[in-house]
Amino acid sequence: MAFAAFATTTGPGEEIARRRSPIALLLLLPGILYLILFFLTPLISLVLTSLQAPSETGLPGVYDQAFQWQNYVIVISDYWPHIVRSFGYALIATVLALAFSYPLAYFIGVKARQWPLLQSLLLVLVIAPFFISFLLRTLAWKQLLSDESFVITSLKALSLMAPDAHFTGTPAAVIFGLTYNFIPFMTLPLYTTLERLDLRYLEAGNDLYASPLQVFRKVTIPLSMPGIVAGTLLTFIPAAGDYINASRAFLGGSDTQMIGNVIEANFLILQNYPAAAALSIILMSVILVIVTVYIRRSGTEELL
Amino acid sequence: MSGDTGAFAEQGADLELVGISKRFPGFTAIEHLDLTIPAGSFFALLGPSGCGKTTTLRLVAGLEEPTTGRILIGGKDVTNLKPYQRPVNTVFQSYALFPHMTVLENVAFGLRRRKLPDPVGKAHEALRLVELDHLAARRPQQLSGGQQQRVALARALVNRPALLLLDEPLGALDLKLRRQMQLELKTIQEEVGLTFLHVTHDQEEAMTMADTIAVMNKGRIEQMGAPEQLYELPKTAFVANFLGQSNLFTGTVVGTTSAAISVDVAGQSVVVPVARSHRHAGDVTVGVRPEKLSLHSEAPVAGAGRNVIGPARVIDVSFSGVSTQYLIAHPALGTIVVFAQNMAFGPVAHVGEEVWVSWDVEHGFGLEDDPGDSPRFAPDTDTKSIAAQRHAALVTELGEA
Repeated sequence: MAFAAFATTTGPGEEIARRRSPIALLLLLPGILYLILFFLTPLISLVLTSLQAPSETGLPGVYDQAFQWQNYVIVISDYWPHIVRSFGYALIATVLALAFSYPLAYFIGVKARQWPLLQSLLLVLVIAPFFISFLLRTLAWKQLLSDESFVITSLKALSLMAPDAHFTGTPAAVIFGLTYNFIPFMTLPLYTTLERLDLRYLEAGNDLYASPLQVFRKVTIPLSMPGIVAGTLLTFIPAAGDYINASRAFLGGSDTQMIGNVIEANFLILQNYPAAAALSIILMSVILVIVTVYIRRSGTEELL
Repeated sequence: MSGDTGAFAEQGADLELVGISKRFPGFTAIEHLDLTIPAGSFFALLGPSGCGKTTTLRLVAGLEEPTTGRILIGGKDVTNLKPYQRPVNTVFQSYALFPHMTVLENVAFGLRRRKLPDPVGKAHEALRLVELDHLAARRPQQLSGGQQQRVALARALVNRPALLLLDEPLGALDLKLRRQMQLELKTIQEEVGLTFLHVTHDQEEAMTMADTIAVMNKGRIEQMGAPEQLYELPKTAFVANFLGQSNLFTGTVVGTTSAAISVDVAGQSVVVPVARSHRHAGDVTVGVRPEKLSLHSEAPVAGAGRNVIGPARVIDVSFSGVSTQYLIAHPALGTIVVFAQNMAFGPVAHVGEEVWVSWDVEHGFGLEDDPGDSPRFAPDTDTKSIAAQRHAALVTELGEA
């Protein structure tokens, strides 16, 4: 008893001492330095750039530091269709990727449990596209869906497409590209939650008078919510900022430009750095707000 | 959804299994099972793991399909109905409470699916029955094992199923809580008057709770009856050893009267009443329960309605409070187990002493099993190893205390 009493009085003191140990700080140091160097510094630089004003010398691409908040007003009024389009395309692509990935992940994670070999094989197939650069894959789709391609000529021969219609350069092509490129990012988190899904909950639902469809809606979907949230975020965030699929060199056209393309053009071609920086900050803030609201609303904290 | 699931069952329905068998790739779980459970009874399926009892339960719930045979609930064929169409609810071994819902929503789940009026009120009522209404807003993960078990019970009971299936629901609880829940379950069953089908491997649990027990082994029912009947008159060596312990001796019938048969067991005559023996000629296995045996330090006078075996040597004495267990080695019959009430202070016999055992002729029983057969029970359920396991368990228990 005496020993126990002694131990409880010294215990917390030791705990605090251990938490303040310099080794922990030392181990954190590389990470902190990395974040300062590669996240915080560029972020501050980006904010500063977004407030710069054109140089009084009048030289193109030269800007002086100022507090020109009007930059934000200008880019929003100039580029609001691109901003809306970006989030619209990203939303549609996310929904399509979810609709395609959920059955796929369910099959791999639940139905294929009894055949581990098949499960691994299917997972490899999901990841396999990563072995080839996504630029090459997107270019390949441009070829596959070009006006002279087998797919498009067949569709036209079957009168499913107007003879003078195109597929590449349309919003549908950009959304197709986004969906295709982000399906693995949707499938993998869905797979990890569905793989752990305890089928006894489904049996219990079935036993409690829920039809298979009701079990899916009331039990399977809520229990796989962490995977759905992770997958949709991993798809929506990069898709909203994507500038490859919508670019004219790939699947996009002149009226499918997304915010990423605008930022790229302002930075690299127009050399309008403040506009590009302001657009980047806007993109980042809107995504932050959307994601925060989404996570709060989906209520997945307690399942994690 | 069929019409009769739309309303509460007024009382339990009887369950009938006709010629059920279930084969999985590579093995047969159930072999031609016929079983009738009368309405309103508390029926236990008892057996070791892998005997087919859980499969039977899942067949009744509709979670598995029988290879052959029919299932009738209240006279209605439900063989081809889906689980959600059957008037049956299950308390699962793992409870399977939905982690994304509150306790209340878990209990109301079945009512909502059937679109019954006032699901919340009925769920509260069911939670009051299991004395957990104050935890209705919690999540299942925030409850203890015993509380979760009661929620699972409330979630099934609230639907007033014609038949309630219990799949070893008490397995995860500690001994004291298990005893308490056994009594509560029994009380609730009597209160609501539903038919309960309880699957368990715990023979004490089955005997405490059930009106009727069916002992299952290797996909078949070995014996069915009231707990006392199974205990007093086991039909097979498996039942004799799975339900409590037994001392079994095999010998040849040497004499028969109208009232009793006399069996020659290693040169000693053992008498068993005709009415208590399933075989009356040829080779017979007779048995007697350890608590029915008396120890003697001198050879008792044979006859006068008592069977005597001995001399034998005491090889182990273990004290367990209410009784003392003696292991006695007989040169021809192997180990005999004796439970003696602790009527005297200290053990009656010591290790190494020579003793005789005797029992009332009326307490013996004769098995139906063919003694020539290799034992149908797994080697780890025979008398000797059960005694050894019990002893080991006791030693560790005492060591912990």
